[in-house]
Amino acid sequence: MKLRRAIKDSRSELELFRRRALAGFALILLGLAGLVVRYATLQVSRYDEFAARSENNRVKPIAIPPARGLIFDRNGVLLANNVPAFRLEVVPEQVTDMQAMLERLGQVIPLGQDDLDAFRKQLKQSRRFESVPLKMRLSEDEIDRFAVNRWRFPGVDVVPYQNRRYPLGELFAHVIGYVARIDADDLDRLDPASYKGTTHVGRIGVERSYEDMLHGTPGYELVEVNADGRTQRVLQTHPAIAGKNIYLSIDARIQKAAEQALAGQVGSAVAIDPRNGQVLAMVSVPSFDPNLFVDGISQVDYRSLNTAPDKPLLNRALRGVYPPGSTVKPFLALGGLELGLRTPADSVLSTGTFCVPGTTFCRRDDRRGGFGTVNLRMAIMWSVNTYFYKLALDMGIDRYDDWMSRFGFGQPSGIDLNGESSGILPSRAWKTRRYKTPWFPGETIIAGIGQGYWTVTPMQLAHALSILAGHGVPYAPRLVMATQTDVDAPKQPLPNPPSGPSVIKSPADWQAVVDGMQMVVNDPRGTGYGLGKGFPYTIAGKSGTAEIYSRHTDAYNENTNLAYLASRHRAWFEMFAPAEEPRIAVVVSLENGAWGASSAGPIARKILDAWLATQPDAPPDTPLQPGSLSSPDVVSRAPPNAPASGASAPDAATDATPDAPQDEPANASSQENPP
Amino acid sequence: MIEMLHVRMKRLLRRVLTRPRIDLPLAAGLLLLAVAGLCTLYSAAAGDGGTTSGQVVGQAMRFVLGFVLMLLISRIPPSVLRNWTPWLYAGSTLLLVVVSVLGEGRGADRWLNLGVMRFQPSELAKLTMPMMVAWYLHPRQLPPRWKDIAMVGVLIAVPAYLIGKQPDLGTALLVAAAGSFALFLSGMAWWRIGLLLAAAAGMAPVAWHFMHGYQRGRILTMLNPESDPLGNGWHIIQSQIAVGSGGAFGKGWMHSSQAQLDFLPEHTTDFIFAVFSEEFGLLGVCLMMVLYAFIIGRCLWIAMEARETYSRLLAGAIGMSLFVYVFVNGGMVSGMLPVVGVPMPMVSYGGTSAVTLLVGFGMLMSIHAHRKRHD
Repeated sequence: MKLRRAIKDSRSELELFRRRALAGFALILLGLAGLVVRYATLQVSRYDEFAARSENNRVKPIAIPPARGLIFDRNGVLLANNVPAFRLEVVPEQVTDMQAMLERLGQVIPLGQDDLDAFRKQLKQSRRFESVPLKMRLSEDEIDRFAVNRWRFPGVDVVPYQNRRYPLGELFAHVIGYVARIDADDLDRLDPASYKGTTHVGRIGVERSYEDMLHGTPGYELVEVNADGRTQRVLQTHPAIAGKNIYLSIDARIQKAAEQALAGQVGSAVAIDPRNGQVLAMVSVPSFDPNLFVDGISQVDYRSLNTAPDKPLLNRALRGVYPPGSTVKPFLALGGLELGLRTPADSVLSTGTFCVPGTTFCRRDDRRGGFGTVNLRMAIMWSVNTYFYKLALDMGIDRYDDWMSRFGFGQPSGIDLNGESSGILPSRAWKTRRYKTPWFPGETIIAGIGQGYWTVTPMQLAHALSILAGHGVPYAPRLVMATQTDVDAPKQPLPNPPSGPSVIKSPADWQAVVDGMQMVVNDPRGTGYGLGKGFPYTIAGKSGTAEIYSRHTDAYNENTNLAYLASRHRAWFEMFAPAEEPRIAVVVSLENGAWGASSAGPIARKILDAWLATQPDAPPDTPLQPGSLSSPDVVSRAPPNAPASGASAPDAATDATPDAPQDEPANASSQENPP
Repeated sequence: MIEMLHVRMKRLLRRVLTRPRIDLPLAAGLLLLAVAGLCTLYSAAAGDGGTTSGQVVGQAMRFVLGFVLMLLISRIPPSVLRNWTPWLYAGSTLLLVVVSVLGEGRGADRWLNLGVMRFQPSELAKLTMPMMVAWYLHPRQLPPRWKDIAMVGVLIAVPAYLIGKQPDLGTALLVAAAGSFALFLSGMAWWRIGLLLAAAAGMAPVAWHFMHGYQRGRILTMLNPESDPLGNGWHIIQSQIAVGSGGAFGKGWMHSSQAQLDFLPEHTTDFIFAVFSEEFGLLGVCLMMVLYAFIIGRCLWIAMEARETYSRLLAGAIGMSLFVYVFVNGGMVSGMLPVVGVPMPMVSYGGTSAVTLLVGFGMLMSIHAHRKRHD
C-alpha cells in the first residue's frame, strides 16, 4: 500500500470509501450516544434538582433602566433633566383583539393618530410578550379615568417612567439636541443588554455624542410571578447605575445674550476660549423646541418645522457652509509673513484693478482708484483686495492650501458633536477630483479673498480664529468640560490637550497681524470702526461679506439699499479679545446680512459684552483704548452704531460714499462659483 | 420551443407523480421526523397565544414545499448535478459576497432581498459546499494528498469565512463541516487528519482573538450561566431546567410548563428541543436520536451503493452533516455547547433550513435511483 497508484482505481476507492463511511457512522453513533448521556445526566441523575427548580420556577428577572445623566452649563444651570411621568403600555399577547381594544380604550383616554401610528410601528418590531408604549406623559385625569376602567383592558397598564425635559428649550436645542424613542435603526446599533427597559436614546447633539456617558448601566430585580406571569413580589434588587451628569463649557448667560443679539436673523454665532478650546456659546437661529421630539413629534409639528423657509432644524453653526469672504485675509497675511513672502513693511500699490500677469484676467478693489500704497497692517484694516490677490498669487495654490489647512480649514473642527460639515478648502487635487479640470491662477487670487470654491462652517472659522488668537496653539473645540457621577460628587474635568504644536513660528508675525486686526475695530479708517468703543480690553477683528449670487460683471454696485444688499450678501464678523492675550474668540455669521461690519459686527460685540459680565476680574469700564495706530480723534467720526444701538444701524463706512473703504464682496463670475 | 419545453415539463411532472424515484426508508424516516416536529411545534407555540395555528400551518407549508422540491430534484441525474456544480458553487459564493457588501437584516446581514422574498445565500452554500468538494475530488487520485487537501481547504474557507463574518457562526460551522466530511470520506489519511486537528486546536487562541465580543460572551456565559442573568445565561439556565425536569418519561405532550409559562425564550426556534425533552423525557430523546441515526445511516448506505466517486462523496457528506445539526443544537439546549444559531433539523420553526435539508435529501434520492448505472 506504500506505492501510489498512477491511475484511478475505482475498486480500491470504493473500498476506501466504505471503510470511511463505516468509521464515520461509528463516530456519529458515538456522538449521539454522548448526547444521550448528557440528557440522561440532566433528566435522570439530576432529575430531582431540576424538577424542584421547575416547580419553584416563579422567579423572573426584570430590567431596571438607569436614570439618564443630567446636563448643566458651566455654572450649574440645569439644561436637561428627568421628570417623573406615566405612560400607557400594552402587552400584545394578552390582547385578543387589538383593534377593538384600541377603539374601546380611545373612549376612555383620547389616543391621537400619531400615538397610534407610532404604536403600530413598534408593535411590528417587538415580540409579543414585550410591552409596547402606547401613549406617553399621561395627565392625572387620564390616569384616574384609566384606573376606574382598568378591569376592561387586560394587558394594558399605566407604567411610571422618567421623561426627559429641556427647561431652556430652544436656547440649547442645537447644542444639547434631544432624546427620542428608540426605533428600529437604533435597535441595530445599540447593545440590547444595556438598553433593556430603556425607551429613549440620544438622537442628536450632546445627547447623542455623549450617549455612552449619559446612559448608565441597567440593573435588574428578581420578581416572583404567579401562574399567569403576573408579578407577586420582588425578591432581590440589583439597582441600576445612573448615567453621568455632564457639564457643558457653555455659559448660559453668554448663550442667552448671543441668542438675543441674533433675534430675528437667520444665522449663527460661536464663541470659543482660545486657551483651551472650550466653546462658550454656540447659537443657531431660528431654533426649535427640543421637547417636541422627546415623545415622538407629531406629523403636523414636524412638517411645519421641516418645511419652514428658515430651516429651524438646521444647525447652522455646524452644518451651514458659506464662503468665508474677507475673514480669511488675516490668515493669509500671517501665511505671507511666516512663509517669508512678505515683511510687515512691504507695500503694494492698489490702483483699483489687479490683473494676473500675462493675462487679461482682472479683478478690482472695493474702492474706485484703489487705496494707494498699503502695507500689511493697512491691508487688513481696509480689507484691500489687491494686496491679497498678489499675496495669494505669490504663495501659489499648493502652499496656500497647505497653510490654510493648518488652521483646520477644509476639515471638521473635531468638536464633540456628530454630523459636522467639513466645508471645502480648494486645492489642485480637490478640483481635479470634483471638476476634472486643472487649477487656474485666476482661481488662486479669488481664493485669496475667501471666495470661489471655498466654503467654511461658522464652527470651522471660530476654530481657526481661536487657533490664531491662541498664538497658533490648536485645540479641538469642546462643548463638555466635566462629568460627575452624582450631583454631590466632585466634577471630573475632561482633559483637552492641544491637538498639535503651535502653527505660528514667530511672535512678531502674530503681532503684526493682530495689530492689523485691532485697527479694523479701533482705527477710524477701519472697516469695523466703532465696534471696540466702551470695551475695557482691546478688541481685534475682521469683517467679511460674501456674495450669494455669482456676478456677471465687474461693475460697482451703486445700490445702497440695506434690505436689497441683505438679500444678496452673507455677513461675517470675527472678533477676539483681549488683543494682547486673547480669552474669547467670537464668530458671527448671518445668512442675510447687508455688510459684515455693520450687520454681524455689533452682534459679535454684544457677545463680548455678555462675556465681560461673566468675568470676575473685569477691569472697570474704561473708554476705548487707543490701539497702537488708531487716531485719537475718534469722537469727531463717532458712528451712530455704538454697539448698544442695535444690529441694523449702519456703521461708519456704510454711510460714506461708494468710494469709501467698504468691505465689498469680491466678485466671482458664474463659472467660478460652484452651485 | 416553448411548446417543446411545455411538453417536457409535462412529461417530467407525470414521471414524478407516477414513478417517483424515492427511497422509501429515507422518505419514511423524514416523514416521521416532520410529524414529530410539527407536534412539538404545536405544543411549544401554544403559550404564545393567538398565533399557534399560524406557526404550525406555516411550518407545514414549508415541509410541503420541501417535499415537492425533493421529488423534483430526485429526477435530476447525478451527472447533471455534477456538471452544474462549479457554477452553483461560484454563484452561491458570489451571492455571499453581494450580501456582505449590500446585505440587509436585523443585526446580522445575512439576507438578500429579492423583491418578492428575502433569501439567505448561506442556506444555498450548505448544499453547494459538499457538491463542490466532491466535484473537485472526484477525478483526482484518492486518497488526497496535501496539494489537493490545501485546495479543498481554500474551497471551504472562502464561503465559511464570508458567512462567519455576517456574523452567523452556526451556519458557517455547518457549511465548513459539510465540506470537511466530503474530504474525510474521500479517504484522507488519518495521520493527516490528526495533524490538521492538532493545528486547529493550536489556533484556538488566535480564533478567540478574532471573535466578536458577543461571541466570546456566549462561550463565557456557557461556562458560567449565572453571570448573565438577563441575557444568554438566562436561556441556558431555563433550558436546562426544562430538559432536566422532563425526567425519564417526560411531562406529557402539551405539558411543558417552562415554555407555557414563557420562561424559555426562543422556545419555538433554537430551543424547541428543550420543550420536546421536557414533554417526552429521556425516552423521547432516545427515540429521536435513533430516528436521526437511522436517517444518517440510510444516507451513508445510499452513498456506499453509489457507483461513482462524486455521488458517493456528496451523499455521504449530506448525511453526515445532519449529525452536526443534531449534535450542536442538542448540546446547546442541554448547556454542553455555547449558544449558536443552529436549528434542530425538521423540528425548529421557521427559516428556510428545512427546505434546504429536503432539497439535499432530493439529491440523495437521485443518487439512489441512479445507483445501477455507470456514467
